[in-house]
Amino acid sequence: MNTPLPLEQTSLPMIRALGLIALVSGVLIVVAYEQTAPRIERNRQQAIDAAVFALLPGAQTRRDFVLATNTLRAATVADQGDRLYAGYDSDGQLRGLVLPGAAAGYQGVVSLLYSYDIACACVTGMRVLQSLETPGLGDRIGSDAAFLQNFHQLDARLDAAGNRPAHAIVTVRHGRRQQAWEIDAIAGATISSRAVGKAIARSTEHWLPAVHAQISLLQGAAHEH
Amino acid sequence: MNTEQPLTADTFLAGLWRENPVFVTVLGMCPTLAVSNSVLNALAMGLATTFVLIGSGALVSLLRNVIPRAVRIACYIAIIATFVTVVDYLIQAISLRLYQALGAFIQLIVVNCIILGRAEAYASRHPPLASMINAAGNGLGFTLALLCLGTVRELLGSGSLLGIPLLGPQFAPWVIMLLPPGGFFVLGGWLLLFNWRQRKQGVKIPVAEVHRHGA
Amino acid sequence: MAPDALPRIFLDAMLINNFVLALFLGICPFLGVSTQIRTALPMGLATAFVMLISSLCAYGINALLLWLGLPFLRLISYIVVIAAAVQLVEMFVKKTSPTLFRALGIYLPLITTNCAILGLALFQTLREYDLPQSLAYSLGAGLGFTLALVLMAGMRARLALVSVPRISQGAALGLLLAGMLSLAFMGFAGLGGQ
Repeated sequence: MNTPLPLEQTSLPMIRALGLIALVSGVLIVVAYEQTAPRIERNRQQAIDAAVFALLPGAQTRRDFVLATNTLRAATVADQGDRLYAGYDSDGQLRGLVLPGAAAGYQGVVSLLYSYDIACACVTGMRVLQSLETPGLGDRIGSDAAFLQNFHQLDARLDAAGNRPAHAIVTVRHGRRQQAWEIDAIAGATISSRAVGKAIARSTEHWLPAVHAQISLLQGAAHEH
Repeated sequence: MNTEQPLTADTFLAGLWRENPVFVTVLGMCPTLAVSNSVLNALAMGLATTFVLIGSGALVSLLRNVIPRAVRIACYIAIIATFVTVVDYLIQAISLRLYQALGAFIQLIVVNCIILGRAEAYASRHPPLASMINAAGNGLGFTLALLCLGTVRELLGSGSLLGIPLLGPQFAPWVIMLLPPGGFFVLGGWLLLFNWRQRKQGVKIPVAEVHRHGA
Repeated sequence: MAPDALPRIFLDAMLINNFVLALFLGICPFLGVSTQIRTALPMGLATAFVMLISSLCAYGINALLLWLGLPFLRLISYIVVIAAAVQLVEMFVKKTSPTLFRALGIYLPLITTNCAILGLALFQTLREYDLPQSLAYSLGAGLGFTLALVLMAGMRARLALVSVPRISQGAALGLLLAGMLSLAFMGFAGLGGQ
């Protein structure tokens, strides 16, 4: 820096090198992105299909919906954020809904999907998608048979006005379950179990009023595209 | 280090064992600890890093006469970030489950100092072929180290290898091995083993090594 | 993603998911600069400061890239901007407080390659935090990093006076110590989980 060179001598090679690298980088990234994007999307769809069809026995196809200003509408490719999945059998009959939920657990966020049956107004099954809960303790929320049994007929009815759940779904300490809207926690994993309850409670509050207001939209969507 | 070394078998082998980036020069600790809780994660992370090493090594080496010294680090980082972005999309295309298991650590390959170290110390002074071979050696050395950790942690932590149960149903898994402390303990144990071996062979322990670098 | 309260995000980043001891980010400076409390504290605070700056920058870049529809340039922009931010901080500190610059001087350039900084930017994007949440997250992460560094330095200062087997000198011993510290930090898990 003691003997400053003329500007073009110092910065020209620098600009040339940076420009060259930017060009090569840009081409590489765009090619990789373009080549992999369809496969990534297919993988994502397959993962959702697997979860939805496992939660809704008999379902063969699914349609996605999003909630915009308290109204459900069919999702388009551009829609970001949480989706509701409606599963249909081969005759186009609605087999049930699969809804997303998430809440903070012991270590990180627990995200899950659960199935909901409109006729009985209850949760019928639950599947943990991602959690950082302690292996062998908290992560049993995804595998413990007795805990998963909680979600077979979990009461999620709305109140008379249809605006909010009649009873908030809540996790109670192990062995204290008395009501149909209570979840019996796993002994030794109360915080993780509570995260599941909280995720479902929040999600039902968010989605169900719109679901019950628009049942015919969900039932008739099987053959639309 | 300023002179060009001839291309020999050692170009490849040094990084694999004698100068193993994890066990001997203690580089790239963060991904080593974070994703070695199962053999499959360790293998995927190791191969992804190897890919980035080889790709960036080749490109840095090709451009070594064009890049001015003043901005070389910025250039290397840009090149490395490019390859990491590519590998990030590749892994998503191969398996979404694997991608979720590795999490943000794929993108954090950018700041793995093994890669910047190779670009600066080797690829910027050697032709592309030698750089790629050297990078492959170091990448596989890194993969080997990850596998060493992953094997111990998965075997003791879940009683299985590659998801196949090995130790029978009576085995009570050492859950701690899968948790963060287990990572520290197992890597500490492997380093002790390496130091002990090297001391037996009369090689000086690189004690000061860890003070010299960043991430 | 569920909306998280700011204190919870702060505690989460600082203690429950401590960047060094639970997420394994920034291990190298953690092992390298934790030999004395005198150097550990300024290093930790300098890192915390850079974290705050880069968290702000990352938030802006992410918003811009999403608006432009170029998400695949995220990583490359983050790393370049972080490197530039470190440079700027270095120049700024040098101009305004030469005393502070002398105290931090050697550590500042090291911060660019600290993966805790890039990790912070990536995690806050992944969790879709808004601006106040990002700030709480980066403050918690920075203080948590400082805490881990200072605690480790305290433990090492004690060990400096005892004789340990020769094979366990250096990184091996540091890792075993970090393991114990990490074990202790596991006690924070569940904090604030109601």
